[in-house]
Amino acid sequence: MASVAIRDVFKSFGSVEILHGVSIDIEDGEFVTLVGPSGCGKSTLLRMIAGLEGISRGEIAIANRVVNTVAPKERDIAMVFQNYALYPHMTVRQNMAFSLMLKNVAKAESDQRVNRAAEILSLTPLLDRFPRQLSGGQRQRVAMGRAIVRNPQVFLFDEPLSNLDAKLRVQMRAEIKELHQRLKTTTIYVTHDQIEAMTMADKIVVMHDGIVEQIGKPLELYDRPNNLFVASFIGSPAMNLLKGSIGGEGAPAFQGAGGISVPLNGARSAANGTQVVLGIRPEHLKLSDSGFPVTISVVEPTGAEVQIIGRTPGGEDVVANFRDRHDFEPGQTVRLSADLIHLFNGETGHRLAA
Amino acid sequence: MASITTSEAPRASVLSSLTESRGFLSAWFMLPSAVLLLVFLTYPLGLGVWLGFTDTRVGRAGIFIGLENYQYLWDDSIFWLSVFNTLLYTISASILKFVLGLWLALILNENLPLKSFFRAIVLLPWVVPTVLSAIAFWWIFDSQFSIISWALMELGLIDHRINFLGDPTNARASVIAANVWRGIPFVAITLLAGLQTIPQSLYEAATLDGAGRWQLFRYVTLPLLTPIIAITMTFSVLFTFTDFQLIYVLTRGGPVNATHLMATLSFQRGISGGQLGEGAAIAVAMIPFLLAAILFSYFGLQRRKWQQGGGD
Repeated sequence: MASVAIRDVFKSFGSVEILHGVSIDIEDGEFVTLVGPSGCGKSTLLRMIAGLEGISRGEIAIANRVVNTVAPKERDIAMVFQNYALYPHMTVRQNMAFSLMLKNVAKAESDQRVNRAAEILSLTPLLDRFPRQLSGGQRQRVAMGRAIVRNPQVFLFDEPLSNLDAKLRVQMRAEIKELHQRLKTTTIYVTHDQIEAMTMADKIVVMHDGIVEQIGKPLELYDRPNNLFVASFIGSPAMNLLKGSIGGEGAPAFQGAGGISVPLNGARSAANGTQVVLGIRPEHLKLSDSGFPVTISVVEPTGAEVQIIGRTPGGEDVVANFRDRHDFEPGQTVRLSADLIHLFNGETGHRLAA
Repeated sequence: MASITTSEAPRASVLSSLTESRGFLSAWFMLPSAVLLLVFLTYPLGLGVWLGFTDTRVGRAGIFIGLENYQYLWDDSIFWLSVFNTLLYTISASILKFVLGLWLALILNENLPLKSFFRAIVLLPWVVPTVLSAIAFWWIFDSQFSIISWALMELGLIDHRINFLGDPTNARASVIAANVWRGIPFVAITLLAGLQTIPQSLYEAATLDGAGRWQLFRYVTLPLLTPIIAITMTFSVLFTFTDFQLIYVLTRGGPVNATHLMATLSFQRGISGGQLGEGAAIAVAMIPFLLAAILFSYFGLQRRKWQQGGGD
């Protein structure tokens, strides 16, 4: 187990710079997810920690040792790949024991470590099978077993669940989390799925276009997104974002397109006339006669809740979730008001204290 | 309704059931290639086997003489020399082609500058007609004008010209060298294709598992390449075993039959010598060796348990 420090790291492929100075501190035993859309540099960063990619500038330290020039096999990390990268010509047992064999670990000890990992992951009956004879979820577990057997300082996961179907993904998500709670090994987990990030991590790093947008605990990111990108990326369905400005007499309010007005509840953070973006989470909208009008276009009952997709008079889409059941009809106009709002600067996208 | 039937109806249904029958359709579609195979492969092969049991000569139809040709060959030392030569030629050339071809494939699989240019260049010996490259080698191995002899003499390494094709040992080495030169591209390019099917992530995983360069080759590349190696080397062995053109242009089997292969001996006895029956018998004698090579590759190398699919 070890801490990992990423200090002002840059990465260029040829003349294209894809990481523009990333700094992340990961504490010993922490489960950190790197999340962001495709091409944001999260996988590259993970591969740099693993040593599969060089570091153009900056430094990465594992357990307080700078590893920029340390060979991958000397870094004492284990990685689980997106496509599992199991050796097809080796049985599950051989796959898991491969790194021990290379290190000339004694047969008895190697067997014992493999058996223990197999037990943790319920792979014992599959030890003599070849990867081709396994299902996707089993292969995933073998890949994790291969990592566990080595007892590394850091686990790296590179989108390990993206090749699994939805149900299995939820199950494996829980297994990985449980595994981490059991082993307490520092884990860095890359995903583009914000739900995975939210559910598993102690700490989330949101990346976008080669920079870190925000680092924080899952609920911190959810409750106080630093900027518009994090606000729209974290949360599903995504936060509603309405463009407008601050105005109104007396108590300042948000004035949006189509003449809608949302009171700021006294939280005033910018001068009248400032261009802002108002953010409202779908579950924070409620029916209220004093709210702004929304014309429903689609009603989606999921059983536990009802989701409506509607349009404001200004033509902006709004999604709202209701825990209690309502008989909504498409075409119907409802009035919605917000419990909790977020305000962002319309030009920079930064959060305005609210 | 069932009672009103016309005589047309059953005929139409026979036709439509024929065109809808998978068996009939597949037979119909396979017919053209089946005819080609029968006329150009099965018939000549069958004729060759038959000729081996006759005393046919050029210009005279033979009669069936049973195993007489084979009995004669059994006691013929030149035939046994050609068998030895063929095995020596095939085994040494194949081993060299495999080692050098694999090496070349590994080099070409690296990120070299001008990668596609080198890959194209490598194919050249394979593209050039065999006779043309054989003539070039004939010139290179010429006892008077050999560029190798000349270069070595200019360098002061030897004091007289090398008798490449006149000395039995030299001649064998020379034809093997020419065959290796010609055969490497096939092996290298096929193995290169095989190398490119190995996922990069396996190398990365093995690197993280602590494998060095040799261990990557030993535990990842080689086992995953085995199926391709088996197929490539089977073909390479078959091509080499049945080689004719190179030998015929370079040495015609000489000196003193030292480079006579079964194929060239068969041609010499059957066509040049006119003993069609005997020539055919020599050619037929190659079949067991070729079958053995195929069976060895099929059972020994190609079928790997890990390759076979099958879930739970």
